[in-house]
Amino acid sequence: MDFIPYEHGLILAAILFVCGLVGVLTRRNIVFVLMSLEIMLNACGLAFVVASSRWQHAEGQVMFLMILTLAAAEVAVGLGLIIQMYRRFHTVDISVLNEMKG
Amino acid sequence: MQNWIGLLPAFPLAGFVLLVLSRGRMSKTAASFIGAGSVGLAFVLAVLISIEFLNSGAQSFSKTLWVWMQVGELDTGFSFYLDGLTLVMILIISGVGFLIHLYSTGFMADDPDFARFFSYMNLFVASMLVLVLADNLILLYLGWEGVGLCSYLLIGFWYQNPANGYAARKAFVVTRVGDTSMAIGLFLLFSQLGSLNIQEILVLAPSQWSTGSGMAVAASALLLGGAVGKSAQLPLQTWLPDAMAGPTPISALIHAATMVTAGVYLIARTHVLFELAPSVQLLVAFVGLATLLMAGFTAMMQRDIKRILAYSTISQIGYMFLALGVGAWSAAVFHLMTHAFFKALLFLAAGTVILSLHHEHDIFKMGAMRRRLPVSFWCFIVGSAALTALPFTSGFYSKDAILLAALAHPTYGMLLWVGGVLGAFMTALYSFRLVFVVFFGSSHYAAHEAAPHDDHAAVVENTSPAMFFPLLILAGLSLFGGLISVPVDAVFAQSGVHEEAHVSQFLHTLMILIPILGVMISWLLYGSVPYEKAGAHLRQRLVQSPLGGWLNRFWFSGWGMDKLYQTLLVQAFLMLAHINRKDVIDIAFNGTAFVARFANSALVLTQTGNMRWYAISLVAGLVIVIGLGVFR
Repeated sequence: MDFIPYEHGLILAAILFVCGLVGVLTRRNIVFVLMSLEIMLNACGLAFVVASSRWQHAEGQVMFLMILTLAAAEVAVGLGLIIQMYRRFHTVDISVLNEMKG
Repeated sequence: MQNWIGLLPAFPLAGFVLLVLSRGRMSKTAASFIGAGSVGLAFVLAVLISIEFLNSGAQSFSKTLWVWMQVGELDTGFSFYLDGLTLVMILIISGVGFLIHLYSTGFMADDPDFARFFSYMNLFVASMLVLVLADNLILLYLGWEGVGLCSYLLIGFWYQNPANGYAARKAFVVTRVGDTSMAIGLFLLFSQLGSLNIQEILVLAPSQWSTGSGMAVAASALLLGGAVGKSAQLPLQTWLPDAMAGPTPISALIHAATMVTAGVYLIARTHVLFELAPSVQLLVAFVGLATLLMAGFTAMMQRDIKRILAYSTISQIGYMFLALGVGAWSAAVFHLMTHAFFKALLFLAAGTVILSLHHEHDIFKMGAMRRRLPVSFWCFIVGSAALTALPFTSGFYSKDAILLAALAHPTYGMLLWVGGVLGAFMTALYSFRLVFVVFFGSSHYAAHEAAPHDDHAAVVENTSPAMFFPLLILAGLSLFGGLISVPVDAVFAQSGVHEEAHVSQFLHTLMILIPILGVMISWLLYGSVPYEKAGAHLRQRLVQSPLGGWLNRFWFSGWGMDKLYQTLLVQAFLMLAHINRKDVIDIAFNGTAFVARFANSALVLTQTGNMRWYAISLVAGLVIVIGLGVFR
């Protein structure tokens, strides 16, 4: 039985992470920013899983479960905030929302 | 009992804490019970300790309560040391202090800040007890500064009047000069002898320093500086007359009976150092002599009843310094004790007069109070007799001892003696001038002038028991206190025995007669029946002659010392401050502020409010950190 070499897994995780990062940095719609964040989180999770299979350790898997929970909670809070934001400002464009300018 | 010596300052301190915590909401009855009661308890304890100490026959007793600080060689404890000298002091402080507290319950009865007054008074008594009980100079210094603080607080007690605040600040700043000198003296003693324990110093100093060596001279001169400041001697005496701004019981307790004698106590306590430096000891005598003459001349010209008493206090402490200077240690302590009695009596009696006359201080607006204020009158007679050293009063014995000791001084005996006798003559003159002007002659008191809105402005003497009893006791002590012998022989045993001076009968008689002569001249000028005619005429002519008028103004102003200091120090300082209005040192501080403000405005630019910008800076930071980790 052939294993996928762990380097491949890590490269995939890195690509996913960069995709997410680019999304966070370039998107103007806050919903997409949130989605890109999810991608980044999952990239991390993938890296954990790959590492745990490489060293035959369960802790990486446990970590991924935790990241999953965290991501779910984060999405719930984030979406709630987005809804509030939309109600108040009638926009989801983050480049417009710069009231905290110093 | 002796083991409870720590409770001695603890009682008044507890009183202070209780009164402070009440924040003025305590009833006056409760406040006076705590205020006077705590000092009364301390007095009872002091008496019990004295009885046990004197019966035990021991020379000294010491007790360490706990270690205060221990740094390197310095090992300072809350340790108390009891010997004959301390015993006299604690009995005076707690005894006279208790009587004055009792008197104050009557005197201050109408004051809204009743509890505050007693809290300061209790703190004062506690600090003063620490000062005299301390077995090391650090603890003594704690008490020394504590009494200075209480003096400041109490001079400015009626703080609504800015003049009182000014007087309080003046007292604090002037005594600070002396305190600094004393602190430097302590540093010197510690660096040279490696100890600040008084008894150790008294043993170490003679073994390490030869008589008249530079170190001994420096150390004793610095300690003398502290004593001069606290005891209001030349050249730091200017604060005491102004200190009369406080309530009269304060003047009696702090600025006459106890605190101002702290300098005398300090010199007596460290007398071995002064014996090692004969030149400084001689300086002590001459400081005392100059002060007693200067204050005597000044007191003759004053119009304010309390200022007269203040200058007489300065003058009497001058006598104590004179005694210290000629090595008559026990005579100095003896005079300290009798002075505490009769000066407290005089001040308290003056307080009764002032209270009865609605806070009138000018003696020339009083007159003929003999019948209206009989108690004050008799107290004044007794107190002035003791102050003048009329025969068989307490002051007679102590001043006699001092003058005889001064005469016995090998080189300057005659000079010191003549000065002292001249001072005694002036004492008679000014103290009986006060008595005659206030209590004899015709009344110049205009009630409506002093209290224009008070319909009941009649002169009524307050003879409530609380005020009457202390006056009675103090009058008794002033008369018969001379019979008490102070148990200080053991303390000063190691110092050279002063052989009894062989005074000719003529000089001794002269010494007794001169104060009586002073009283008679005073009577002629102020007290005789044609006082408005002959006496006034004579005084008028004296004042109107050019020399007399100039001397009058010069002496009235206290030999122009205030003006001298005002020009020399205060105005010079103000001028410097004016020149340096934009403080040079401020540049550094303002520079710091400028840099901070600049950095702030730069960092504000990064706060764009744009979320993407934050995310990018986050990532950039992460990249840099990882890069540092990987490529380092």
